[in-house]
Amino acid sequence: MDNQRFSKRQLHLNQRHIGYHAIMIVWSFIAMAPVWILIINTLKTKKEIYTNPFGVPQTWTLDNYRSIIKGSDFLNYFKNSFVVVVGSLAMILALGSLAAYALAHWRTRTSKGIHFFFIVGMMLPIKIATIRLLQLMKGLNLLNTIWSLFPVYIAMGLPTAVFILTQFIRTLPGELYEASFVDGADRFMIYWRIVLPLIRPALATVAIYNLVPIWNDLWFPLIFITEESQKTVLLAVTRLQGQYTTDWPKLLTILTLSALPVIALYLAMSKQFIAGLTAGAVKG
Amino acid sequence: MEKQRHPAFQGGRSIKPGGVYWLRYIIPALLVYGVFMAYPMIDSVRLSLYEGTTGVRQFVGFANYVRLFTDEVVSKRFWNAFGNNWIFFAYHMILQNALGILFAAILTNRTMKGRGFYQTLIFIPCTIAVLVTGYLFKLMMNPVWAGTTLKNAGLGFLVRPWLGDRGTALSCVSLVSVWQWVGIPTMMFVAAFQGIPDELIEAADIEGSNAWQTFWRIRVPMIMPVVGMVAIMTFVNNFNAFDVVFSMETLDGAPDYATDLIGTLFYRYGIAGQHPVGIPEPGVGAAISTTIFAMLLCGVLPTLRATQGKE
Repeated sequence: MDNQRFSKRQLHLNQRHIGYHAIMIVWSFIAMAPVWILIINTLKTKKEIYTNPFGVPQTWTLDNYRSIIKGSDFLNYFKNSFVVVVGSLAMILALGSLAAYALAHWRTRTSKGIHFFFIVGMMLPIKIATIRLLQLMKGLNLLNTIWSLFPVYIAMGLPTAVFILTQFIRTLPGELYEASFVDGADRFMIYWRIVLPLIRPALATVAIYNLVPIWNDLWFPLIFITEESQKTVLLAVTRLQGQYTTDWPKLLTILTLSALPVIALYLAMSKQFIAGLTAGAVKG
Repeated sequence: MEKQRHPAFQGGRSIKPGGVYWLRYIIPALLVYGVFMAYPMIDSVRLSLYEGTTGVRQFVGFANYVRLFTDEVVSKRFWNAFGNNWIFFAYHMILQNALGILFAAILTNRTMKGRGFYQTLIFIPCTIAVLVTGYLFKLMMNPVWAGTTLKNAGLGFLVRPWLGDRGTALSCVSLVSVWQWVGIPTMMFVAAFQGIPDELIEAADIEGSNAWQTFWRIRVPMIMPVVGMVAIMTFVNNFNAFDVVFSMETLDGAPDYATDLIGTLFYRYGIAGQHPVGIPEPGVGAAISTTIFAMLLCGVLPTLRATQGKE
């Protein structure tokens, strides 16, 4: 690039960046203020939350966290959510990568049809099937257990998994397979030993894409589960918010606790999160 | 497209496995997806032609639809929720997606510093459950809470029963949802803008095009496929929204059904049972979801064909 023009252009742009920064700062403030209010007020006493709703606490306290963790089955709800998320993700990745491996290599009209059949599900919300799913779960005797959630979440995650992973496997160079294929490894060994390790970045994308919606899902637990011991965190929040309607610091503590795991994970790996959460719709 | 791959995978050798071999890799996924997603979705269409709860079910033809669209009580609720949902959608299209394009245009400006920081911040709300933000905003909008502080700060005009007023409730619910989801279109547009070849922008520069012209004449037209994709996604998500109304208002879409959306209506009729009877009507629920299903298909299939067709 010709230097003179570049510096001129940069100068020109530098002046406008002030405006850009102003816009981004304003929106960052709008985006973060509620999160600040949410978290900072969990560290205040019940009284202070009214007199000092926005500021830093005059007397810091962790009592809200203590009493929520001790006084309710919060740890059990966490365990349920955790089991559901981890189990569903593992199954999505296992089933999805197997199918993607086959769809990437077997290319006929039939396979294209199957591929399309999966992909249509990417844009159709499974909620539409709720009434039928409710009957199905009743029939399978899974209602009121966290097991009713697994098949739904796995089915919901498979279209994107198949889409992303098939595309990724297709980009792998064939030479990578050559050696072991000549050595007589069968295709499953190639999948297990070579393909799976190579597609780890894509697996991470798929996992994150599904992690947030599954952890944050209210709809299916609300409809499938009433049994207290089987509730997920989000479902429990709906009951606890009724119980603590007058104790706002406690209520905010419950909200914070349920949101914190995902926010923390996001801050730890925001690049992968952003890539993952926007992956479904962008054609790579 | 086929040429880089090993011959074993494209049929040059006798060991090329056929569909029978590959199907065993696909069947587990196909089974779960088919039984728990595809089949229930399609079978919901059939259910909409039946009446009655589990056990005694009777074929009634299009009676559920007739009821949904013309019955004095039911259709009033349906058309109300349908209309509200379009308003809800309009907020997202106009505000959320326009802000998304604006932020993305700023955040893809290569000479600007701190872009990563802004990106990280504006995406945080997208990771929080809708239920949590809903409850949080419900508290923040409660006049009792920060009322005194705001009045003392001279911001008394902010203290109003925003969520209890028919005139403002739906707007507030929509704006909270917009606030939460802006990050998604932003990041999708960022990816799209980054995909535009540099030479194109440089060529425009050399031709003397200013930033504004380059934006409207080159960058925006280049990302139109993604704009279409975002529009469809917004549409699909908005017509399935439920949590935001459930948490900020009630299942009835209070006040006086002003925030009732298709999602809450569907829940009341199909799952919980309408107050005060409390008996769910799966047939009517299925008719509601089938109507939405048909609407979504009209948008989704052409989009998929347009974007997948280029493969």
